[in-house]
Formats: sequence, structure tokens, C-alpha cells
Amino acid sequence: MQGFLAAVYIIWLRDVKRFLREGTRILAMLGQPVLYLLIMGQGLRATFRVNIAGFDYLEFVYPGVIGMSVLFTAIFSAVSIIWDRQFGFLKEVLVAPVPRAAIAMGKALGGSTTASMQGLILLILAPLAGVSLGPEQVLAIAGLMFVMAFAVASIGTLVAARMETMEGFHLVTNFLTLPMFLLSGAFFPLKTAPAWMQPLMRLDPVYYGVDALRNVIFAGSPLKSFVVGQTLTGDLLVLFCFSLVMTGLGMLAFSRTE
Amino acid sequence: MRYAIEAERLTKRFRDLAAVDGVSFTVSESEIFGFLGPNGAGKTTTIKILATLLRPSSGRATVNGYDVVRQAASVRRSIGMVFQDSSLDERLTAEENLLFHAVLYRVPQREALKRAGELLELVGLSERRRDLVRTFSGGMRRRLEVARGLLHRPAVLFLDEPTLGLDPQTRTHIWDYIRLLHRELGTTVFLTTHYMEEAEVCSRIGIIDYGKIIALDTPAGLKKLVGGDVVAVKAADNRELRDQVRQRFCLEGKEDGEAVYFETPDGRTFIPELVRAVPDVREIYLRQPTLEDVFLKLTGRAIRDKGGDAVEWMRIRHTAWRRRRRG
Repeated sequence: MQGFLAAVYIIWLRDVKRFLREGTRILAMLGQPVLYLLIMGQGLRATFRVNIAGFDYLEFVYPGVIGMSVLFTAIFSAVSIIWDRQFGFLKEVLVAPVPRAAIAMGKALGGSTTASMQGLILLILAPLAGVSLGPEQVLAIAGLMFVMAFAVASIGTLVAARMETMEGFHLVTNFLTLPMFLLSGAFFPLKTAPAWMQPLMRLDPVYYGVDALRNVIFAGSPLKSFVVGQTLTGDLLVLFCFSLVMTGLGMLAFSRTE
Repeated sequence: MRYAIEAERLTKRFRDLAAVDGVSFTVSESEIFGFLGPNGAGKTTTIKILATLLRPSSGRATVNGYDVVRQAASVRRSIGMVFQDSSLDERLTAEENLLFHAVLYRVPQREALKRAGELLELVGLSERRRDLVRTFSGGMRRRLEVARGLLHRPAVLFLDEPTLGLDPQTRTHIWDYIRLLHRELGTTVFLTTHYMEEAEVCSRIGIIDYGKIIALDTPAGLKKLVGGDVVAVKAADNRELRDQVRQRFCLEGKEDGEAVYFETPDGRTFIPELVRAVPDVREIYLRQPTLEDVFLKLTGRAIRDKGGDAVEWMRIRHTAWRRRRRG
């Protein structure tokens, strides 16, 4: 158990250290969400009309953009597992006297930490979307981003556990992320989606993450009942269960590597 | 007598191919034991089985008395490993790489810092300890990796082609370090190489080809397989010399140019006797057979040196990809 925790800690610490050393990359990652917020947000704002007083599409889409950014950074953080396997550090862990399951846990934690740190930077953009956040909300959002990132990063880790090549990893993750992104409810609420699509959206972990963010951002707003699909507790419960299953499978997959 | 490593009819099959084919050997404590053979002979596969990274298809092996399949965790705790391809994190500093290793092997932090300092000193990297490994040359990385492999004081250190891809000067340095570390710490060393000259460091060598050990002995013992030493002699009258040697030692010399060559089991005792028997000898020199001669004699071919395998290519692509990303 001690060995397991030590390995999880080291794998996590390594990801965080590497992330913090890549200052330029962190800033570059800000570009994409800004584009989504400004172009998609502003562009769709004109066409997405709802007869509810005070509804602003930019405000609605902002949590979606955060969710999307967390989704992409968290799932692709697992790419490093593939490189590590071929060129390095993973072998060092595989030959060390620690349970291999720790790799899945450490990587999922590392990926979710870096993804939520990146997500935190996006909070700077809140005024751009006309959203004002209090300190409690910022704290709650940070926590939610981490939970959501962990769910997504554990998918990436599970895929990476099974993949030997970069090409394979990208093929599978692209196949997964695009539907996860489109069905997340980032750009339209579940309630306005066609009936056939709604159950699919409910299968998407990112949907619960975005929904949880909206629960916090729209807390106390009259719009809340329209933009939110279910309670915060419900969202968290689903995300926790999902993470548990995915991380469990990931840990199993790594324990089996021969 | 307890052996550091014991392998019994160890076999690893990948589909139809037997990469390691019924290999048996023992390595004593504090020995430097080497596997010598061409690429693809099964050296790395053997090391991976001993380091619990691969399961043998059949046969058994113990390292430090622990079974590599049933007691994998105990084996891992007692060994250090230096891979053929670097397993350092190049975006961390030298010291961070060592300290991370210490956590994985549960060396207490204070002790880890002390040992890291000593080992960095030993491999000549003290001044670079806070630099990112990315800025290190191939030889420095390898030295750091050897230091890391020793940080948790393993009873057995595995070195898989420790000098592959390094220039001759760096190679010599690495071997000096390995010998030094062996002397200072008394660690048992199991290494693989396909450089003949380098295998001379070992106290015993197993020559491996197509997954089988075809000879196992001390370097000197292996060279005896060739038929002993070569003694070249120049005398005032070479025909007279050959006649005398034939009469007294029953040795047939081969005349080539100015010198006559004799193959004898033990050249060093042969020379004084020869000088006493043949007074007008002008020059004598003794050449010992090399391991290259041994491999040639045993397999009928020279150790082939294929370059650029799949992993090599992937590394090149990886570097190019990173450069594109950075650029």
C-alpha cells in the first residue's frame, strides 16, 4: 500500500512539475477556448434565441467552453503514457517494486491536476462572457473541474494502457472525444435537444461536468431551471461512479501488462 | 554457496521464435558477468526475464534467491536496472530523477539526498545536478542512469548494452565507472554487450547466439578455445629456427614474411624455453587471441552489427515530432 501511494505520488508530481515548466504551452492553450468563446459564442448568440428574460447565450456557453477545455487537455494528457512506454520513464516504474496499478491512478491524478490548473486560467475570461464569480464559486468550480478532469483523464489512461502506438491512441481518443464534446450540452441545453439525442447526452460524462459547472455559475439565477439538467449532487454522483469504474479498469489493465 | 543469479533451462518463445532457448547459468555474488552476442541473440530478453519484465515460457530463474515469477516484488526490490534505451525523464533535473527513484524504492529522503550527492560525485555530474537532463549528452545520461540504478543499493545491477550508441571515448569512461562502482560497492553486475573489447571487463562471459549459450568461461578461458597464444619470432636463420622448434617442442611454425608464427597453449612459458633452445633469436612478440577470434571460431562468422531497429526509428520520429511542436 505504501509502495502504491509512493508511486502514485511520484507519477503525479512528475506530471505537475513538467507542466509548470512549460510556461509557453500553458499560455498557448488559452488560445483555443478564447476562439470558441468569441467566435462560436458570438456567432451562435444571434441565432440561439430563447424567450426567457435575461438569458444571454455567452453566459450559457462559458461553462461549456471550460468543460470542453478540460475534456481535451485531460484526455490527451494520457498521451505521455505512450511516449513513456517507448522511451523512458514508464520502464523505470515497471521495474520498480511498486504495484503497476499505481500508474493508472498517478497518471489520472496528474492529468486531472494539470487540466484543472489550465481550466483555472480560463476563469480570467469570465468577464468576457459577462459572468461574475465570487470567491466561493471559484473554489467550487476548481473542485468541479478536478472531478470532471479526473473522470475524463481516467478514460484516456484506460485507452493508453491498451495502446502501443501514438496513431492508435489518437485514433481511439478522437473517436471518443468528438461525440463527448458535441453531446456535452456545451452549446445547447439538454432540454432543447431532440428526444432521441437526450439519452445519448445522458451517457456522456462531460455532460455531467458541464451541468455541474452551470449549477454553480447559475446558482440563485432565475435561469437556472432552464440551463441545468439536474441537481449538483446528481452530477457529482455520476462523475464519481464513472471515475471509479474507469480508474478501476485502468488499474486492472496496467496490472496485467506483462 | 549462494548465487546472485541462477537460471535453469530458461526459455522465452515469441510465437514460433525462441528468443531465449533453454539457457542455464549461474552468477556468483560480486561477480561481473557478461552476455556477449550479436543483436537479436536473446541478451535483452534474458535481462528482461531476470528483471521480471517478461515471464519465461518455461524454465526457472532466481535473482538473489527470489523466483523471478513467483516473487517478482522481492526481485524488483533487490535489483537495479539500466535499460538499453534511456528511461530518464529528460524534462526533470538530474537530481530530481534520482530523488524520484528514491521515493519509488522507499529510500528515506535524507538518506536519498546524501546518496544522490555521493553518486553524482562518483559519476562526475555534481556540477550539473540541477540541470535538465534534456541538456545532457548521451554519455552523461548513461552515467546518470547508472548512478540511479545504484541509488537504492541493489544487490545485483543489470546493465543492458550500457555503452550502445556512445562514442569510443565515452565508452571507455563508462566502463571505468562501472569498474570503479563495482570495486567500491561490491555490487554483482550482469551486463550485455556486443562489443568484444568491452566484454573483457567481465570475470566471466557467456557467449550467446540464436538464444543459446554456446560457451561460458572467463575471458582467458574462452580464448584458450582458439588454441592458445600466438608467438611470432624473428631469427637470423628462420629455417634453422623452425627445425629446432619442431625437434624440441613438436610445434610446426608458419613462416610469413620475416617472422615465424607458432601457436602454443601458453606463450609466456614457451618464450623463455625458446630463447634457451634457439640462441640467435632477434625479436619475439606474443599476441593473445581476442574474443573476436573466439566468436569466429565458435560460430564461423563475425558478430554482425545491424543498425537502426524499430525503436531506433521511433525515437528519431519522436525527436522530429517534438521539434515540430516546439518550432
